[in-house]
Amino acid sequence: MTIELKSRVPDGPIQGKWERHQFEMKLVNPANKRRYTVIVVGTGLAGGAAAATLSELGYNVKAFCFQDSPRRAHSIAAQGGINAAKNYKNDGDSVWRLFYDTVKGGDFRAREANVYRLAQVSVNIIDQCVAQGVPFAREYGGLLDNRSFGGAQVSRTFYARGQTGQQLLLGCYQALEKEIARGGVTMYPRTEMLDLIVVDGRARGIVTRDMVTGKIEAHLADAVILGTGGYGNVFYLSTNAKGSNATAIWRAHKRGAVFANPCFTQIHPTCIPVAGDYQSKLTLMSESLRNDGRVWVPKRAGDTRLPNDIPEADRDYYLERKYPSFGNLSPRDIASRAAKEVCDEGRGVGPGGRGVYLDFRDSIKRLGRARIEERYGNLFEMYERITDEDPYQVPMRIYPAVHYTMGGLWVDYNLMSTIPGLHVIGEANFSDHGANRLGASALMQGLADGYFVVPLTIGDYLANAKLAPVADDHPEVRGTLEAVRARTGKLLGIGGKRSTQSFHRELGRIMWEYCGMARTADGLRTALQEIPALREEFWRNLYVPGTGEELNQSLEHAGRVADFMELAELMCLDALKREESCGGHFRVEHQTPDGEALRHDERFSYVAGWEWAGEGQAPVLHKEPLSFENVALSQRSYK
Amino acid sequence: MRLTLHVWRQASAQANGAFVRYEANDISEHMSFLEMLDVVNEELTARGEPPIAFDHDCREGICGACGMMINGVAHGPSRGTATCQLHMRLFKDGDEIWIEPWRATAFPVVKDLVVNRSALDRIIAAGGYVDVHTGGTPDGNAIPVPKESADLAMDAAACIGCGACVAACPNGSASLFTAAKISHLGLLPQGQAERYRRALGMVAQMDLEHFGGCTLFGECQAACPKEISIDFIARMHRDYLRASLTAG
Repeated sequence: MTIELKSRVPDGPIQGKWERHQFEMKLVNPANKRRYTVIVVGTGLAGGAAAATLSELGYNVKAFCFQDSPRRAHSIAAQGGINAAKNYKNDGDSVWRLFYDTVKGGDFRAREANVYRLAQVSVNIIDQCVAQGVPFAREYGGLLDNRSFGGAQVSRTFYARGQTGQQLLLGCYQALEKEIARGGVTMYPRTEMLDLIVVDGRARGIVTRDMVTGKIEAHLADAVILGTGGYGNVFYLSTNAKGSNATAIWRAHKRGAVFANPCFTQIHPTCIPVAGDYQSKLTLMSESLRNDGRVWVPKRAGDTRLPNDIPEADRDYYLERKYPSFGNLSPRDIASRAAKEVCDEGRGVGPGGRGVYLDFRDSIKRLGRARIEERYGNLFEMYERITDEDPYQVPMRIYPAVHYTMGGLWVDYNLMSTIPGLHVIGEANFSDHGANRLGASALMQGLADGYFVVPLTIGDYLANAKLAPVADDHPEVRGTLEAVRARTGKLLGIGGKRSTQSFHRELGRIMWEYCGMARTADGLRTALQEIPALREEFWRNLYVPGTGEELNQSLEHAGRVADFMELAELMCLDALKREESCGGHFRVEHQTPDGEALRHDERFSYVAGWEWAGEGQAPVLHKEPLSFENVALSQRSYK
Repeated sequence: MRLTLHVWRQASAQANGAFVRYEANDISEHMSFLEMLDVVNEELTARGEPPIAFDHDCREGICGACGMMINGVAHGPSRGTATCQLHMRLFKDGDEIWIEPWRATAFPVVKDLVVNRSALDRIIAAGGYVDVHTGGTPDGNAIPVPKESADLAMDAAACIGCGACVAACPNGSASLFTAAKISHLGLLPQGQAERYRRALGMVAQMDLEHFGGCTLFGECQAACPKEISIDFIARMHRDYLRASLTAG
């Protein structure tokens, strides 16, 4: 089968594309909707919003999550905020500006039409969340408050203290529980998707494992939606939740869904630095802190004085120096690389010299401690709990860490993958952020996809598809079930000596070393040798305790790491193939004289879509060319 | 540091459980409590023994997945802290630590330290929402909300649904959890339309799930990792009482 990446972007001026498309899409009439079953995997902002909305529209929905409750999906950990082009601040914001900032912020590697739609529906999201009772921050007059975020010169970020993701997710979860109570959604918590069932070329169901009883079973449907998040945990240490994994999208990839731009990963500049070998995850300190915190390192390498003893003249506020117009609010990729650069020069601070200061001294002086406490109190507390240092007294120490993956399954304008009937939403798809995501845009995209896009486009798919019923004992169903059982048995039966944890750590070390903040052709080639060798050892020397018929967290982890082992290789291959620097993908060989990312638009202005070609076969690259008709291609500058 | 752990091990919901003693060596004071358990689990795995099952996910104190009784205290000795944010610097060399799952009739043990908290989801499903569908909502600034109300609503909405309040309560009551949601939505104009129906529905569900009643011990407030105040329980009682008197 030859794959063609057809974006299916509607014709006409960009402002009218979505409205026109909504009119041109076929509808399913209300009485017929209940005859369709839609599976939604993942209950974060994207999946939860889609499940609740599809049920409200009248579809039968089956929703799945691996956590014990849909309320715990990793969207909950987002701190800073959600963007929307409301222009409530009267500071010159507009849909066009949000669109422009996002395309530019993504370093011109996103699809314009999708980004424009995202900016359009951003305003509806805020209205929706307010109506649900999301307690956004307010001004004294009762109107919604905004803050600034990186990569933008307007204040368009809505927030709920440092817990915006939590509050948006609870709004979404409550809508989902409402639909569960009404009977429109059947919820399967502690249930993990382990494969996709494809019948006659269309996604018709999934195979799951009940994580308490170990029961492996098939669920059939008319369409499948994956809202299963990103794959940052391929690096072992990341800001992702421990359970976040790529299994659902990777299994779909192996069943025919093209994987787009796997090497586009975001390294977030402000995380608490690594403290020791035992470390199990990294903790983000919200980007919103850069509104009031100033980033600096000592001017001189090897300056070991305590931060408060270093006078102003000996400090280098390097973001303000290098990027005067955006300063501490430079986009994430740029701020991360700048931090790495000063640490490479030996000017890093803290144990191991991998850290920079984020200092609130000046804002506390200017605004008073109470204001800072009100804005960031919970973040300061979290920092103190982890590091045992009081950020009101001494500057925070921060360092970049893996945070988000812009790559994901390829989708068209309807958010449908290359497998008809398989839709992919939120971080799990590749569509809106190009090579770098701006702060406060992940929550926006998750909810845009889940509340306002996929519930409509899925109707168009169902109205056009002529779907025959699939029997429980269809050969494809039986075959997929058998494949999952065999794989589970294989993981349990290796009987080796090494734990999953140790393999995962080693994979993470390889990826951080060679496919992290700075990448070289040589390094990537080394990784492409080390990863298959590690994978070979994994399948020969892994030890998974316990059985498949019980709650077995080691088995769950082993299955996820097995998939990361394959995905890691594809990421390195994609990074090697993309011989340019753009956004979070920085190839050392391709930089401007002053060390900024250097794109090669004539050769690489495309989405790299990788097709799985079978075990042991080289994946096949398909290209979706990107054209920029509304935002002129230019070298990104935040100076 | 070296620690002695007594961990509740229970193979399944049906099996009988018991405390098992483990020695934890080479524990750094910078580790989180769960990282300490990770180290113990790696050693158990290396010895071919089943690792200790416990729920956890974000490890940032926000998802609410983790939670265990540590020396008889829900989430351990540090106030306003979920288990994942508890650090080993609060313990000292030679300490003995007793680790148990949440204990409540409404939270049956699934395995080891993992319990089933789905009753909390069903309390939310019984009215813990504003019944609006997607689309057609008024502009976000159409209804001003006084900052004081929004801030107080946020204090209540901070609940992470971990269940520590239930585990800490001598009655196994879910009053703080339920009151937090009733108060969050009841304090906002958007939640007014269903305010009394919500209180009736959620309180009735709480009883159906075999949570105990509230007798104002206040243990829930002390255990809550988000330090949610029991003042909200008074709000719940007020809404429930008013709803009961005016219903029908």
